[in-house]
Amino acid sequence: MRFKDVFSIIGPSMTGPSSSHTAGAARLGRIARQWLGSTPERARLTLYGSFADTYQGHGTDLALIGGLLDYVTDDPRIPDAEEYAEQAGMEVEFFTSGLPAPHPNTVKIELWHGERQCSLVGASIGGGSVSVHTLNDFRVQISGEFPTLVLRHSDKAGVLASVTSTISSSGVNIGYMQVDRKARDGEALTAMEMDGAPSAEMLKRLQSLDHVLDIRVIDLKRGVEPDAV
Amino acid sequence: MRFKHLHELNTICTAESKTIARLMIEEQVQETNTPEADVVRQMSEYYQVMKEAVRKGLTEDTTSRSGLTGGDGKKMAEYIRQGETCSGDASALAMAYALCVSEVNASMGRIVATPTAGSCGIIPGVFISSQERFGWSDEHLVNGLFCAGAIGYVIANNSFISGAEGGCQAEVGSAIGMAAGAMVELRGGTPEQVVHAVGLALKNTLGLICDPVAGLVEIPCIVRNGLGAVTALAAADMALAGVRSAIPSDEVIDVMLEVGSAMPSRHRETAQGGLAQTPTGRKMMEKLAKPKAKRAEPEAESEPESTKNNSKEQA
Repeated sequence: MRFKDVFSIIGPSMTGPSSSHTAGAARLGRIARQWLGSTPERARLTLYGSFADTYQGHGTDLALIGGLLDYVTDDPRIPDAEEYAEQAGMEVEFFTSGLPAPHPNTVKIELWHGERQCSLVGASIGGGSVSVHTLNDFRVQISGEFPTLVLRHSDKAGVLASVTSTISSSGVNIGYMQVDRKARDGEALTAMEMDGAPSAEMLKRLQSLDHVLDIRVIDLKRGVEPDAV
Repeated sequence: MRFKHLHELNTICTAESKTIARLMIEEQVQETNTPEADVVRQMSEYYQVMKEAVRKGLTEDTTSRSGLTGGDGKKMAEYIRQGETCSGDASALAMAYALCVSEVNASMGRIVATPTAGSCGIIPGVFISSQERFGWSDEHLVNGLFCAGAIGYVIANNSFISGAEGGCQAEVGSAIGMAAGAMVELRGGTPEQVVHAVGLALKNTLGLICDPVAGLVEIPCIVRNGLGAVTALAAADMALAGVRSAIPSDEVIDVMLEVGSAMPSRHRETAQGGLAQTPTGRKMMEKLAKPKAKRAEPEAESEPESTKNNSKEQA
């Protein structure tokens, strides 16, 4: 099912004027920010398809910036997001591309903060729902509807077994999981949509596992958070 | 969810003597493992946002960022106060409120996507005007939103709800079908009558293209929200009178998918056809033209990763 529950039909509460161009864009921005782990110092956004054609009139640019500032879809600051970004010391550049994209409303978001750099390609699929297609060029298929654990790790035998057994011993069910790797024995990324939010304890245990490089939690339902790099 | 089609909604609710709203609440609780109180609270909050948007549209400046639209909801409300309306006061008020919410949306104010932002005026227009007329409690209307949500869930998963995918029939059309069905349940109609109301309403919006002037959710979107609220009330009346959708409503939803898939891209929210490309529509677009962002530089360009594997994703 593309639309999973009643609130993907009624809702979200949002700043107008377009659920695809504004609410979906804000969510994609917020997912990217959570993937980075802080307010970006620099953001480069490339818009494809209908996003590229009509983003200014729809405030898609403002909503994306709002998302990067961790604003939820109905944050009243979205119409003035450019000013708030400036105050936050965030430098934003927009580009458009005519290349074919997975969906008419697609954006590629590249973010920088200090040493950390990350990227995301995602689409706004209607009614404010989104679908993320890549994280740092790894293939994923995440919706942001569920708390999502993203692990960067080395491609070694047994890593996934120890990860899933750690999660299972915390009593949380994994609803969806995808693994992709750059190369055999190279860097790998595992994305897991969970039925419940991961506890701090679970995250600590996962972080201490061999070959796990980095963990991020993407959860659009959690409150807006202060910076922590 | 235990249902994917409207006929299943009818069968389950009839067999278990439940309203569609009750079934939707139970399914939502089960599917998301969330307590019922939280699910209902979330929907109640959305209803308050809808009411606030109507109030804002009636009392505040709703001029859009483009300057093309705003103030029509107030005009309608004033017109109703001045004397007898052509379509009847109930219809006219639903229209006024729908225009208000849609204008708040265009001005980047706060609304609830029902099912999308482009169609956000229809359900509040129908619901809030009917609440005033019949003296219903908020709780009753919140149940109505669950009924509307169940209908939208079926439409979205069998066809589409966004103009970019299926034209305005998918966007405004879905909202009209949802509002019509919910209105039947709010007035005490049976699940079967709800299902017929959806089919009757959708039949009248089939083929509606999405042709926003300058690509903005304003012209003709706002007016279509106003008129859509009236269509929803009319379809609800037909179903409550016992009129049936001769083509089963699930088949009408399939037709929406067929028609929308056949629609050329110029009629699917690209602003490359329809009203957007009339001489006046083009003039408006030229007047609003802003300096565009740079095209991505060739050396920095890289194709979105999943393009090759995922060309059917938009269907």
